[in-house]
Amino acid sequence: MTEKIPANSRLGSLEYDPAPESASIARLKSSYGLFIDGSFSDPSQHEQFVTLNPANEEVLATVAQASNADVDHAVQAARRAYETVWSKTTGAERSKYLFRIARLIQERARELAVVETLDNGKPIRESRDIDIPLAAAHFFYYAGWADKLGHAGFGANPRPIGVAGQIIPWNFPLLMAAWKLAPALAAGNTCVLKPAETTPLSALLLAEILQQAELPPGVVNIVTGDGSTGAALVEHAGVDKIAFTGSTAVGRLIQQRVASSQKRLTLELGGKGANIVFEDAPIDEMIEGVIDGIFFNQGHVCCAGSRLLVQESVADEVLRRLVRRVEQLRVGDPMDKNTDVGAINSAAQLARIQELTAFGEGEGATRYTSSCELPDKGYWFAPTVFADVSQSHRIAREEIFGPVLSVLTFRTPEEAVAKANNSSYGLACGVWSEKGSRTLWVAQRLRAGVIWANTYNRFDPTSPFGGVRESGFGREGGRHGLEAYLDV
Amino acid sequence: MSTAPLRLVGNDDYGVKIPASSAAPAIESETQLRALLTALSGVDAVGLEARAAKLATRSIKKSTKMAAIDLAISMVDLTTLEGADTPGRVSSLCAKALRPDPRDLTVPSVAAVCVYPDLVAHARSVLGSAPVAVASVATAFPSGRASLAVKLLDVREALAAGADEIDMVIDRGAFLSGRLGQAFEEIVAVKGACGDAHLKVILETGELVTYDNVRRASWLAMLGGADFIKTSTGKVSVNATTPVALVMLEAVRDYAETTGRIVGVKVAGGIRTTKDAMKYLVLVNETTGSTWLTPHLFRFGASSLLNDLLMQRLKQRRGAYVRPDEFSGD
Repeated sequence: MTEKIPANSRLGSLEYDPAPESASIARLKSSYGLFIDGSFSDPSQHEQFVTLNPANEEVLATVAQASNADVDHAVQAARRAYETVWSKTTGAERSKYLFRIARLIQERARELAVVETLDNGKPIRESRDIDIPLAAAHFFYYAGWADKLGHAGFGANPRPIGVAGQIIPWNFPLLMAAWKLAPALAAGNTCVLKPAETTPLSALLLAEILQQAELPPGVVNIVTGDGSTGAALVEHAGVDKIAFTGSTAVGRLIQQRVASSQKRLTLELGGKGANIVFEDAPIDEMIEGVIDGIFFNQGHVCCAGSRLLVQESVADEVLRRLVRRVEQLRVGDPMDKNTDVGAINSAAQLARIQELTAFGEGEGATRYTSSCELPDKGYWFAPTVFADVSQSHRIAREEIFGPVLSVLTFRTPEEAVAKANNSSYGLACGVWSEKGSRTLWVAQRLRAGVIWANTYNRFDPTSPFGGVRESGFGREGGRHGLEAYLDV
Repeated sequence: MSTAPLRLVGNDDYGVKIPASSAAPAIESETQLRALLTALSGVDAVGLEARAAKLATRSIKKSTKMAAIDLAISMVDLTTLEGADTPGRVSSLCAKALRPDPRDLTVPSVAAVCVYPDLVAHARSVLGSAPVAVASVATAFPSGRASLAVKLLDVREALAAGADEIDMVIDRGAFLSGRLGQAFEEIVAVKGACGDAHLKVILETGELVTYDNVRRASWLAMLGGADFIKTSTGKVSVNATTPVALVMLEAVRDYAETTGRIVGVKVAGGIRTTKDAMKYLVLVNETTGSTWLTPHLFRFGASSLLNDLLMQRLKQRRGAYVRPDEFSGD
């Protein structure tokens, strides 16, 4: 070659012109009421709060703050619907409603994706390709179970529990609603769903879809509000079951509050997932998997692979490639179809990420932060990797719930397992190796609910998901997901 | 509200780092070659295909699309490899290669025309000293089933007729049966016969089947002296795919970082639309980076692709599609 040899080839230097999805597809209303007994109503105290677009801090809509009285109405409506309609509806009939909801989600997928991205800050590529299709897939999957509960392994004629109170987080708003509602409805329960304070909009759009599907009034009720609304739901005597996804701290409070009641409980809480990389891992796919494991959804993923345990013999090479790949991530407007990493969901979450990363530097870890330009408005955090992290650092122990990866090393499989298990959490782990026998050896010894081999952050409605220890209990998804909503 | 981006990564610490001095390992034995190739990292097929599919969702619009279409046109090896080829057809191809759209002189020329050895002299006489290279397939293309002596004669004749670039095929039989030394030495011999001419080594990935094989064959070809590694002949049922191109781009990237020598990639067979071409350019952009975004280091082996690029180019300018018949067929 006569070409002059450059010292460096910038990755992704072909600039992509902005390719934004249109925000007008969302057709948002200026304000939303509570969805109780099949219709939208104003909250009894007339209290409201705003929900922001975290990418630019603009107000998207005003949403009702449900009071204790509103929660009571919702639970009563759910009870009525359970006793008069839903418990008398056959499995085959229930499945028709679920299929209908699934199809309507698919029909309105683009609108739902835009709403999700506006309200949450996640890249449109992810809401379009992952959140919304998976939400529809969950309804499709559990629609299939509704008339086959006798064959699910829980006895010949398993009974529903009754009224389920469901509290969901802000990281996958519609998907978490689908994870909760689909198995509950398939099993014959009625629901009161409480979406997260910062991301209520897609659940309210789902309420419209439930109306379109002509789901009987009261079978699903959606109450928006802050933590007090969730607390009212947890404490309500008319609720038979609480399903909660969120932080370990709140999960602990909920468990204390339901301890003296008849309520059943499933908790899906935090995590500090270990992604274990052996020297024979398929290196290019492993780097992509590690990147996806921590920067997917800005790291707002309870099962995020936030700890990278890499075999010492390849640690330098892995870190070099990792940092190069981090630099290449396209951070910015979540509505742009080419964006890889979007906005942090809230100011509070951003403050927590900043606090913990500052601590990481103080503890002596080496910090690599992407040089990407961050927008002036909105909540943003540049993708960050910490190397030279040790097991005792806060950034190796606490859930950061942001785009921050901590890299540790190990020498032997035993050490990898010991380090991975040395955590109060136990939600998910990843193992990267071309050697199947070693992958199985390691997987058998990891204390985590989900273990991925040569991949990370893959979800499917047929596969159960959930944690052990401080990551919670109960499973969502698959046949196992039915158990949480059946009287077994 | 933004965090202070603490930059501990220097500007030169990321991207593809290519050492200034060339230090390709000298291959002295088949054992050494085998050890080197089997030490390469494995490829996880599921992860690879997922990555290729994800990159295919990049949305290329407006000025990026305009620039990318012109870049793609300049990367085309306009190809005719039919038993029924005639000098007339090759003349027409050469005219089109030089001026893809005779009504619009802002359209760049393509990189090369690619023909069988017996038509090289004709192509050369039509193109003269024009800035379009004459590439010729050789070495008993497409099967490669001939003795080394015959293959070398094939190459020398094409070169004598005026070829600037030689597209050779590897001996898949030797590679798949583990006779790596034989496959390697053929490439070394052909490279020796090529002299200053550009050598593109066709891996025929459709016959190698596994991605691990594609990675190893890529390294084998580069170690043997390939200036380009090329996916396919276009003569088997499976030709260029985006996951295969991704493996090969990773290979040239890693090879450049290891040895300092920059090898190009040519994707060939089945690439017919502008949308396909854009996907490959995105792969190049995000795998090897800017250095490879030039006709010197990335090519499309295609025939019908050019007309679709021209049609999309006109559409970007006029806002409406023109009839396919607006462009010449060959």
